[in-house]
Amino acid sequence: MTLKARVIPCLDVKDGRVVKGVNFVDLVDAGDPVEAAKAYDAAGADELCFLDITASHEGRDTIYDVVRRTAEACFMPVTVGGGVRTVEDIRKLLIAGADKVSINTAAVTNPDFVREAAEKFGAQCIVVSIDAKQVNAPGEPEKFEIFTHGGRNATGIDAVEFARKVVDLGAGELLVTSMDRDGTKSGYNIALTRAIADAVPVPVIASGGVGNLDHMVEGIRDGHATAVLAASIFHFGEHTIQEAKHFMNDAGVPMRLDA
Amino acid sequence: MTIAIIDYGSGNLRSAEKAFERAARAHAHTPDVIVTSDPERVLKADRVVLPGVGAFADCKRGLWAVEGMPEALEQAVRKDGKPFFGICVGMQLMASRGLEFETIEGLGWVDGDVTAMEPADKTLKIPHMGWNTINLRPESHPVFKGLETGPDGLHAYFVHSFHFACARTEDRLATFDYAGTFTAMVAKDNMIGTQFHPEKSQRLGLELIANFLDWTP
Repeated sequence: MTLKARVIPCLDVKDGRVVKGVNFVDLVDAGDPVEAAKAYDAAGADELCFLDITASHEGRDTIYDVVRRTAEACFMPVTVGGGVRTVEDIRKLLIAGADKVSINTAAVTNPDFVREAAEKFGAQCIVVSIDAKQVNAPGEPEKFEIFTHGGRNATGIDAVEFARKVVDLGAGELLVTSMDRDGTKSGYNIALTRAIADAVPVPVIASGGVGNLDHMVEGIRDGHATAVLAASIFHFGEHTIQEAKHFMNDAGVPMRLDA
Repeated sequence: MTIAIIDYGSGNLRSAEKAFERAARAHAHTPDVIVTSDPERVLKADRVVLPGVGAFADCKRGLWAVEGMPEALEQAVRKDGKPFFGICVGMQLMASRGLEFETIEGLGWVDGDVTAMEPADKTLKIPHMGWNTINLRPESHPVFKGLETGPDGLHAYFVHSFHFACARTEDRLATFDYAGTFTAMVAKDNMIGTQFHPEKSQRLGLELIANFLDWTP
């Protein structure tokens, strides 16, 4: 047997609170990211992702406390992303207990930051988060472009070339989000996921657009990702982690089903 | 029971500390888990844990930069025979040599070299990152009490690109398959080591730690 595909619930955190809340189990405090993390740990999630969307500078330190309390209570890997711009940001997150840190915009504006981070902390904890849209007209060869600022700003950078470049610089994993699918529930952009996964030797996490469990199977089987990230499908109780994992396993994707 | 987790600047140790505390309580031990860079406290502890993340050479230099620590480890583990648990690069450091970027001597407690993983299937991703099952050698070990191993057994969380190629198969307690057979755990005398992260491996990890705390070599 080889590595199992991973299911990664992602929690959006703002000023230390979960955005919109999580209502899939009876949590004492549905807005507390640590409560949600513990519930996902108990549910058998393979990994957890926090995306810090805190806008204000003053609020940014709240994530360290969230990560610290999560690492004390959860015995699974935790990745933290959002607003990571300096080596000091990474150092503080790792010291708080993050296993991996994901770099997004800073990798686009300053690719050398990826190299600096990987050399300092090791490739195994540096994830580069790639937000891309498919930009070719129908019938033309596939072309994917990097977008920043939540999909608003085009960069002109080819997503597959960028993926190769950041891996060469030391990224140990890529989180590939299809921005044209995010929030649509129409499934991952499989062409994008596969184009990047086949171009790089490191693991790829598919993200953006999950609406049902078939989409998660497609992300692994057709997109060649090794992990799938999802948010609302779990947070709003549509499916449990175990339902997703059993569904994927039954569909022929080997999963970790430890009781 | 005092459990000393050695702090030599190799990453965050809070998860390891909390995992040992939880595992100890689960098996009715009264845990006194200390994260320390003080060789005296290592010498006084009942059990010693050596964690490690990153590159072999960095970890080796970091450990040797703590004054008196290599000597304290040698005394506590090899001479006093305290139960020892190496985690990830902490386990790799038990080897004779590391061949990551440069050749560098390890603690030399278990014969073998730490070298780059080269799965036969070149499409497989490196690092070996994620959940894999482990295969126990025919002679089991007390730390596996009550744990299901093999292809249908429990999973361990790995993240590494280098592996411990043991010189003697009897030192290799468990393996994992990744288009090739690689060392998941070593065991020799009073020592065990895991390539995976027990503090991130949910049930398998916590039970393994609890069994280690029960174990009298």
